[in-house]
Amino acid sequence: MEITELTVHELQEKIKNKELTISEVTKAYVDRINEKEKDVNCFITTLTDEALEKAKEIEDKVNKGEIKSELAGIPIGIKDNICVKGVRTTCASKMLENFISPYDATVMERLDDENLVNLGKLNMDEFAMGSSTEYSALAKTRNPWDLNKVPGGSSGGSAAAVAANLVPWALGSDTGGSIRQPAAFCGVVGLKPTYGLVSRYGLVAFASSLDQIGPITKDVKDSAMLLNILVGHDEKDTTSFDMPKVDYVASLKNDVKGLKIGIPKEFYGEGINSEVKECLQKAIEKYKELGAEVEEFSLDIAEYALATYYIIACAEASSNLGRFDGIRYGYRTKDYESLEDIYKKSRSEAFGDEVKRRIILGTYVLSSGYYDAYYKKAQKVRTLVKKEFDKAFEKYDIILTPTSPTVAFDVGIKSNNPLEMYLADICTVSVNVAGLPGISIPCGVDSNGMPIGMQLIGNRFSESTVLNTAYTYEQATKFRENFKPTFKK
Amino acid sequence: MSRSDYETIVGLEIHAELSTKTKIFCSCPTEFGGEPNTHCCPICMAMPGTLPVLNEKVVEYAVKAGLATGCTISKDSKNDRKNYFYPDLPKSYQISQFDKPLCNHGAVEIEDDEGNKKEIGILRIHIEEDAGKLNHNEFGSGSLVDLNRAGVPLIEIVSKPDMRSAKEAERYMRKIKSILEYIEVSDCKMQEGSLRADVNVSVRKKGTNEFGTRTEMKNMSSFRSIVRAIEYEAERQIEVIENGGNVYQTTIRWDEVSGKTFPMRDKENADDYRYFPEPDLVAIRLSDEYIENVKKELPELPESRKLRYLNEYELSEKDSRLLTASKYLSDLFEGALKECGNAKAVANWILSDISRILNEKEMEADQIPFTASQLAKVVELIDKGTISSAIAKKVITELFENPQDPEVIIKENGWIQISDEGAIREVVLKIIEANPQSVADYKGGKDRAIGFLVGQAMKETKGKANPGMLNKMFVEEINKM
Repeated sequence: MEITELTVHELQEKIKNKELTISEVTKAYVDRINEKEKDVNCFITTLTDEALEKAKEIEDKVNKGEIKSELAGIPIGIKDNICVKGVRTTCASKMLENFISPYDATVMERLDDENLVNLGKLNMDEFAMGSSTEYSALAKTRNPWDLNKVPGGSSGGSAAAVAANLVPWALGSDTGGSIRQPAAFCGVVGLKPTYGLVSRYGLVAFASSLDQIGPITKDVKDSAMLLNILVGHDEKDTTSFDMPKVDYVASLKNDVKGLKIGIPKEFYGEGINSEVKECLQKAIEKYKELGAEVEEFSLDIAEYALATYYIIACAEASSNLGRFDGIRYGYRTKDYESLEDIYKKSRSEAFGDEVKRRIILGTYVLSSGYYDAYYKKAQKVRTLVKKEFDKAFEKYDIILTPTSPTVAFDVGIKSNNPLEMYLADICTVSVNVAGLPGISIPCGVDSNGMPIGMQLIGNRFSESTVLNTAYTYEQATKFRENFKPTFKK
Repeated sequence: MSRSDYETIVGLEIHAELSTKTKIFCSCPTEFGGEPNTHCCPICMAMPGTLPVLNEKVVEYAVKAGLATGCTISKDSKNDRKNYFYPDLPKSYQISQFDKPLCNHGAVEIEDDEGNKKEIGILRIHIEEDAGKLNHNEFGSGSLVDLNRAGVPLIEIVSKPDMRSAKEAERYMRKIKSILEYIEVSDCKMQEGSLRADVNVSVRKKGTNEFGTRTEMKNMSSFRSIVRAIEYEAERQIEVIENGGNVYQTTIRWDEVSGKTFPMRDKENADDYRYFPEPDLVAIRLSDEYIENVKKELPELPESRKLRYLNEYELSEKDSRLLTASKYLSDLFEGALKECGNAKAVANWILSDISRILNEKEMEADQIPFTASQLAKVVELIDKGTISSAIAKKVITELFENPQDPEVIIKENGWIQISDEGAIREVVLKIIEANPQSVADYKGGKDRAIGFLVGQAMKETKGKANPGMLNKMFVEEINKM
């Protein structure tokens, strides 16, 4: 087996048994990037030279016994909206094309503590706004399963890079589905943690009350391992929770007997592709076989989650993106006559259409006279969505839905139709609106061989249950052994 | 109608910088000054991805201010974003409080223009962050942004429109200043901009209940300009109305040099701040116990100090009030008293010469350059007879110019009082010889002539002779003749 096909826990095992050295692992990934990156275009910034150097350094330290971390020397890729000191953090925008972060995000400090090796910064929709990564101003990422299709978004670079074995695992961020949907499109595992489980410090904000950083990995065990590193209260982020540490790897019991799974019928209705539905139906049967108790129920508030999500996300984004004004950093127009000119021209020239669309929408819903009808109402609906999920979790341990209504779609078909693009998030946004954890794992492929994702939603801070439920299915079905990306042209 | 048929209505929004050591949302120092952009970090410079963390001291200080002004402290409060673009506002929003301020419904007492007690209502006190500063025209036509002040904590104290004259507004603001100084939450240095006010002015015909349309003047930072601006603006509004026009609700600018107000550009008035709850911060929840503890730690307020001065030091009502009006004066009084023990003398020096010099120099009490011990030393030197009151006046004046040990000042200027009998007798004899007419007058029963002779002798000795001894000796010598 190729080194780059191994999961992280397999790599770790081989490094431990001296079958592989740390340098060999990073070298294998650098070679793979040099070979395949031109087809998939996952990176905005590659750090291959730095990574090789760093791997050597870590290897020496491990050999001298100076480093104890079990994950020392494992490479990783980082979504380009997470700040890495001394490295460009572009958010795939012309606005920050040359912005070099002066500080490290908290998650980067945590990865550094474990001596991971950063292979580079991964492509995304501009400022994480989009569901196909086509809104990136800096790179065109393709789906490794079919290069004519999108990788999903906004963490499309991260998901495609993991699927194409350009990185063993990656960090993504998820505001309305941006980890789970690209994971589904690329046939990998994507986990959006409970809001507040992972520090947001250093994640360039899109919608502060919805954003979470999470792992995109080859399998569920890797997801649990990466989550173990990321979690924990951060005094720099007051919205991060302070709670006792859980070992998520230890929670993988490969057993769902007696687990109560709820199937919300609203997620299987109109607009959901029939092959996706069929595939999910089989997965549900599999869970029954494995001993879970499955029941259909109604989560009718979900219908309103998408509208609620777009109002809240855009409102927060319109404020969060105000700082990109051409004054202190980022893009400034070449030609201006007044302060207002700097603002107008810099923002007009450097933001893409989707970003502008959301800023305008967000500004509108917060404007006096409209605030009550939109923003305030959306907040009320948000409370109702939370309550309805709370009610569901009184009965069920897990809620099972498709991750996306469709498999990965063709490049170019939705990028000019924002409303249709927004509908791609219909299955995932309610999870962010309610602040819940959700994972997407592959559960099959359609007739064209494109992967289909299954979403498992848990109650707040029940990542253990979510991961174990995903793990048990994965062990029983072995998706990775049966299906592989083909780089079809 | 005539002008006296109108009354002026004033409401103030006072901004006070809190004297916490660190900024409101990061750990940068709040210290005034410093090279531009040296008191900042990724957070207060609004680098992408950074998050605010609320400084607990800011909440404590604001709660103190609320308790000291009779406010109800909210147990459930939150922060909101106020969105607008300006280069001194790095995030393009100010984190403030909109619909759930920390403190509500307080009041302070002032005197109205007739000297009667009057309550001025406080609508609310909320916490927020200060913006940076723009340094204009230093390099050609551009402006440079200095973010040292960005994120310095502020409280905004919003009064009810309860003031009815410029002088009342001044008294109210002085009262707030004094309270904030007493509870030590702000140094209230107006010259450094740490205390400033947005002034709302309207006029209405006496006897009507409805308010007129108000105009707002932002960022006023001296009592003098506040008083002048209110008086001017009220006159202007009356004139507009008397001429059949309308006052429009706008922000206007007070120009100190011309002594006039000018409307700001329309654009600056069309503000929609799009307030919404700050999602990066959690709600501020305060327990009864917390509020109770802050209350216990409140220092002595001016009212109770005043009573103490009346009772313990037997100062007059007026002197007690004047001394306690400013914490700096009151602290100076108490500090000096502790060292010299002469309450009446210290109070007199502060309320006479020191206050007069402050007035002349247009200084506030917090700018007094010398220490309480130095003042105490002056009083002791008088009490010991080392210097006369006349010399003491000179020493006080000198202390404003060049604050140092009064004994050094006296020595360097050769101001030590002459109490040597021989030396004084010599002067007395000289003056008697030079002023036979006055001597004759005294002998002729005009007691006042002694005063003249003593004055001459003081002149001769440049004020250094002990006046008591002079008096006694003139009488002795003349009687011998």
